[in-house]
Amino acid sequence: MAPLQTPEPFDPLIDPPLVPPEGHKSASKLERVLRKGWFAVTAELNPPDSADPRDVLKAAVPLQDVCDAVNATDASGANCHMSSMGICSLLSHAGIGVVLQISCRDRNRIAIQGDVLGAAAMGVGNILCLTGDGVGVGDQPGAKPVFDFDCMSLLRTLKTMRDDGTFLSGRKLTTPPRMFLGAAANPCIPPLDFRADRLEKKIRAGADFIQTNYIYDVEIFRRYMQRVRDMGLHEKAFILAGVGPVASAKTARWMRSNVPGIHIPDAVIERLEKAEKPGEEGKKLCIELIQQIREIEGVAGVHVMAYRREHLVGEIIEESGILSERMAARDRAGN
Amino acid sequence: MYSIRRFAVRHSRFFEGFYRAFERMIIACDPLFSAIGYQRLERPFAFFERGVKGVLFDCKMCGQCVLSSSGMSCPMNCPKNLRNGPCGGVRPGGFCEVKPWMRCVWVEGWEGATRMRDGLERIRVVQPPVDRSLEGSSSWLRVAREKAAEARAGLRDSGDPGKLVIARAFRRARSFEPSSAPLAIEPAAALADQAVGERTSVYSAQTPAETGHKEKK
Repeated sequence: MAPLQTPEPFDPLIDPPLVPPEGHKSASKLERVLRKGWFAVTAELNPPDSADPRDVLKAAVPLQDVCDAVNATDASGANCHMSSMGICSLLSHAGIGVVLQISCRDRNRIAIQGDVLGAAAMGVGNILCLTGDGVGVGDQPGAKPVFDFDCMSLLRTLKTMRDDGTFLSGRKLTTPPRMFLGAAANPCIPPLDFRADRLEKKIRAGADFIQTNYIYDVEIFRRYMQRVRDMGLHEKAFILAGVGPVASAKTARWMRSNVPGIHIPDAVIERLEKAEKPGEEGKKLCIELIQQIREIEGVAGVHVMAYRREHLVGEIIEESGILSERMAARDRAGN
Repeated sequence: MYSIRRFAVRHSRFFEGFYRAFERMIIACDPLFSAIGYQRLERPFAFFERGVKGVLFDCKMCGQCVLSSSGMSCPMNCPKNLRNGPCGGVRPGGFCEVKPWMRCVWVEGWEGATRMRDGLERIRVVQPPVDRSLEGSSSWLRVAREKAAEARAGLRDSGDPGKLVIARAFRRARSFEPSSAPLAIEPAAALADQAVGERTSVYSAQTPAETGHKEKK
């Protein structure tokens, strides 16, 4: 099967700067796909604990052909790994679409605004603005939590940098960063009644696209999307639903109680428990979830988070039918 | 303290009304405050405000009170200091991700907002980041200064380009909570100690350079 994206190597010092197409906010491939109305795929990369750039490329190999952009996490779960900035620089150079993740936990407004200019200079087109998990769940619970911004003030700040061409200090930017701005959403955890309202707030703050946390409870997500459509939010931002294969019932239980913000219904755990090959069952479940989620109006794509199961992402995307559908769409568009 | 703060959120509608009246009163006092001097009033006012709001709301004296926009639940009690919560880590039953024994400040806040007259309209407004140099100062005096200055012909702002950008980027928040993105000149006593000297020198040094830059363009 043909890949979803063809890498276009980009050397920021030699190649001409990336220019957003007419009506686009960035030069990002992900934005192009979403604006065409194609069902988009993003996937999360497992960041290496290494200073070797080849480890980054190795981690990207199972993902790059089957997604429109690779998310490089920013010390997710407050665990230290290679920075999102480093990974995004390397992958942009290799011409792979990336989503730079910025969490407000570790850096203040001075560091973040500087990083965003740096990322834009390296050719990064997408930024996901996150509040971040507390430091207590990570590998270094004694760290100082920063939280100078929250995800919404961060979004609004980056929007100000992009659209008004100024730092928060009022100093002008000679070249503003052309960024497609993203935010996270977590539809399946309390307070359920206010989750759609909070999404509206994020869009108002500046979000162009949304990547949700894991959806394992399609019923709750359906109700959420109903609310989202009632508020017209699906027309104001592109919503990518988060999915992922779980390895076993034990992992699912562990995730539920140790990773902040993950809701896995008992029925899912039971199903994994009863399965002869829980790994296979987890993959099957993920494919089913994608197929159910795709039917929901207002969903613009999926975001696959397959932590330590990255090798399955290709099969999941192919077997879910997204790949062939995208090929058809591309053929129809004639490119 | 925790139980009093939850009591305050449960009675958010009462406090909303009370605050509205109190704000009107304090703005009306501006001529008096100006006569005495905001600089002189800062310390006693901050002391008094800390006492009252500390008991009622577990106030942390951020100096930029947004209680009426956060369902009367003080956002500075959120371990992540979110001004636009709740985050995605809320535990079943609405408990905090970081402090599992505590109800999420923002779950409480949204519930508080539903009980208020304008609560839901206000909690939907995107709040700016906290200006940490205003920590420990009186938010009440800041509201009086901002509103009174606005009511007079045009606001005499401090000329701080950063404050202008924030006030513009978070215009709606400022319209509801003028102290969340203040523009009026701050008395030296209202600024956190470490910042005072630096800030004045930074602005006096930066303004000519900035103008020069603009002219070149």
